[in-house]
Amino acid sequence: MAKAKGDIIIDVEICKGCELCVEACPENIIETAKQVNNKGYLYVVKVEDSCTGCTNCALVCPEAAITVYRKVKKKKELVTKISNVTSDITLKVGK
Amino acid sequence: MSEQTIIDEIKTEENLVYKKPEALKDTPFHYCPGCAHGVVHRLIAEVIDEMGIQSETIGVAPVGCSVFAYNYIDVDMTEAAHGRASAVATGIKRVLPDRLVFSYQGDGDLAAIGTGETIHTCNRGENVLIIFINNGIYGMTGGQMAPTTLENMKSTTTPFGRDVSVMGYPLKITELVAALPGTQYVTRQAVYKPGLVRKTKKAIRKSFELQKENKNGTCFIEVVANCPSNWKMTPVESNKWLEENMLPFYQLGDIKTPNGRK
Repeated sequence: MAKAKGDIIIDVEICKGCELCVEACPENIIETAKQVNNKGYLYVVKVEDSCTGCTNCALVCPEAAITVYRKVKKKKELVTKISNVTSDITLKVGK
Repeated sequence: MSEQTIIDEIKTEENLVYKKPEALKDTPFHYCPGCAHGVVHRLIAEVIDEMGIQSETIGVAPVGCSVFAYNYIDVDMTEAAHGRASAVATGIKRVLPDRLVFSYQGDGDLAAIGTGETIHTCNRGENVLIIFINNGIYGMTGGQMAPTTLENMKSTTTPFGRDVSVMGYPLKITELVAALPGTQYVTRQAVYKPGLVRKTKKAIRKSFELQKENKNGTCFIEVVANCPSNWKMTPVESNKWLEENMLPFYQLGDIKTPNGRK
């Protein structure tokens, strides 16, 4: 199983089961559930944990029912640390 | 560490990359499953959030499926008579020139009953944004033929397909308004794929920015959309049909940009 890098939360009560997110998901981790919500629509659920947080499903969702989380890459943290150090150095040089 | 704890760790505020925009109310949409109206409403709300213009934006809702647009987008909105949304937007913009005014119209509203208002608003070069949702059919009233219905496309009033010798040719109103000197930014977009959704959002943002800069001229965005209910298809099928049949006729891309470049 691929390691999870992101996660989605689907608001099942406003989902209308149009399955556009199922089509848009590159990892194929969204599927139609076997139950209906209060409105009577077959809603969609996340079935696997290999989400990459690409936001494709949320972009095509006509109901704005999907919230997406994505893990911040460690590379970016390194870059910010390095840039902080360089800014310190330039400050000292300036003095 | 188990997979579940990793996922729980991911769900924090700093890792949030996408959520429902604040300018969109909590009211659930009344649109059919898979309808592109929801996506375009959300994109407008996102742009309003990003630019921080919620208090200075005024929208004009049309008659058609999106008649209740004011129930969803959390900005000042008004309702216009059928086809007259661009005329109402003109009035609002002239009285309140510091506000950002947009009208949101469908193809039956803008291209059929409101052709005169649309053409003259664009020809006067009113500094408003017109968002035009083109699904090639009258969606709200049950799928009758609209001016934008494609050749040989079936609708409830053209059960054997649109016969151009009797009913005329489909109307490309976006190209029509691009030919007028009053428009500054005319583009045609779609929202059935994630990449195209991003492009449409950029176009909406660009139009609001141009309006804020007070450059004179109308911005006109056409969004080629689906209508699963009246095309009698599933949402996924309707998007495929849109790609195969609508897009060769309604080609996507910028038709007119402010500095003349394509």
